[in-house]
Amino acid sequence: MDTALDPAAPTEAARRPWIRRFISKMPWTTRFCASWLIVVVGAAVFADLIPGLADPNYQGFLFGDGATNEGPSLTHFLGTDNNSRDILARIVYGARVSLAVALTAVFMGVVFGGFFGSLVGFVRGKTDSAVMAVVDVILAFPGLVLLLTVVTLLGRRDLVVIATVIGFLSIPPYTRVARANALSISRREFVTAARAIGTRKRTILFREVIPNVLPTLLAYAMVNAAVIILLEGALAFLGLSVEPPTSSWGTMVNASRVDLQINVWPAIWPSLALVFTVYSLNNVGDWLRRLRSVRSAAL
Amino acid sequence: MGSFIATRLVRLVATLLVVSFLTFLLVNLLPGDAINALIPIEAQQDQEYVAQVRAEWGLDDPMLVRYGKWLGDAVRGDLGDSIVTSRAVSSEIAHRIPVTGELMIVTVIFSVLLAVPLGVMSAYREGSRLDQIISGGAQFALSVPGFVAGLLFIYVFAMKLGWFPATGWTRISNSISGNLMTVTLPALSLSVIEVAVYTRVVRSDLVTTLKEDYILSARSKGLKDGFILFRHALRPSSLTLITVVGLNIGLLLGGTVVVEFLFALPGLGKRLLDAIFQRDFMMVQGITVFVAMVYVVVNTLVDFVYLVVDPRIRKAD
Repeated sequence: MDTALDPAAPTEAARRPWIRRFISKMPWTTRFCASWLIVVVGAAVFADLIPGLADPNYQGFLFGDGATNEGPSLTHFLGTDNNSRDILARIVYGARVSLAVALTAVFMGVVFGGFFGSLVGFVRGKTDSAVMAVVDVILAFPGLVLLLTVVTLLGRRDLVVIATVIGFLSIPPYTRVARANALSISRREFVTAARAIGTRKRTILFREVIPNVLPTLLAYAMVNAAVIILLEGALAFLGLSVEPPTSSWGTMVNASRVDLQINVWPAIWPSLALVFTVYSLNNVGDWLRRLRSVRSAAL
Repeated sequence: MGSFIATRLVRLVATLLVVSFLTFLLVNLLPGDAINALIPIEAQQDQEYVAQVRAEWGLDDPMLVRYGKWLGDAVRGDLGDSIVTSRAVSSEIAHRIPVTGELMIVTVIFSVLLAVPLGVMSAYREGSRLDQIISGGAQFALSVPGFVAGLLFIYVFAMKLGWFPATGWTRISNSISGNLMTVTLPALSLSVIEVAVYTRVVRSDLVTTLKEDYILSARSKGLKDGFILFRHALRPSSLTLITVVGLNIGLLLGGTVVVEFLFALPGLGKRLLDAIFQRDFMMVQGITVFVAMVYVVVNTLVDFVYLVVDPRIRKAD
């Protein structure tokens, strides 16, 4: 699409008010959630640059200068865990694992799932039946059980493997969502019009169908990212995510169980981080979806 | 209707075949030769012994032959023997079903008992403060994973208040009250997310139903609100609830793995994890296929229930 001819394309001056208008539409909870997500993403990305943030794997007691299972204090804002490591630092670096996994899953889901779903929803017929049969079979496995099996059998458990496996398993649900949307979009007038003037099928798919499937898919991606973070958390809690000493929120919760009687903080902080991040994704995702459904209803 | 059932059954068998083949493929193709799990590395110097074990476990046959043999046995209920304990996988599964089964049933009962009144109240007073609190609460509960809820419950109800045991399981055959004590906390932990899902479903379904003409006519007849809500409005919504409960079995099965691990319950999920840590591939394969089978069968059953309860689908066929 030529931007110069597109009346919807905002000019440089009109861009800022648009974002401001976008934010002003948010309820205050959604605003809060969006801010929290920005904080988490920022902390994860710039973890190495945060001044005063401790080394997440530094075990103070080995050198006689750290207390184990300490409550919150000025030196350790959130306290220390049972290996006298700084909990705040471990949460910040743990966010990297959660976000990297979620981002990979969303990327693979949107790109591959979005493409396959739009394609089969548009062309239908035998390709549709074949692709959806495969999708149904993969979805016939309970997610966590399949994930457990694959991760175990692979034997190697670094971030790349975990993220790729979870990413691969998130392609089918995206395919389903994209297909359902592509089916209804393919019946709309502008697609019929494009067909009538003899536009090539591939052009219709990439210019008409996929751009209209994408917004719904992205709203779904928010909610799906929340599911993925929960899934990685469960996997880590079972001790089957990224190998220690790399910190992950689920791993931290699991490790805190041993000394739960003595000190609950190491269990509380990562749990809160996990719950709030997932809640924020759900909240913002739901809000985007409502916004989207209002828009499509107005069309 | 007959053809509907027939198609569903054919699809069920086809899915089961593919699922079992994929699991077999997964377990047999991925890196890590099975021989490493069978014989310790030091003992692998003895070539003759290795060859003997390979032949014994049929590791030299082509993949498809092995799958055929395994499937043939599996159909007759023989999922092979655990390579760690040498006991039959199927009997180990059978031994653990009661625990996981009870956990899931109690969870669904808890969740439905909580979610239906919440959803009904929320829909009845749509847009009110109460609705906002319930809907907001449901959205929050949806973000609390079973292991976080479970750990919280253990800390509060087992460690601080001492009402329930923190871990362990009492079989129902030993003591019914003891069994109830051990199932409560795990089931509650699993219920948190389920309640949220069901409440949302009941609410959104009822909100639409309450705008139907027949509700208006019931109201104009002077029927009481409570009667209308539970007798007229909830009936069609219960269908959706059944479907969602069925579809959520997969989530619940995953949840049981985590909760059984946290509460040290001798269930199927715990067995799967143990097998995973011991690299007991026969056990992993058997349990994965079994769980996937339960999932697929339950979903097909849900379709049938739907068919029986909703006359419109019967006619449409």
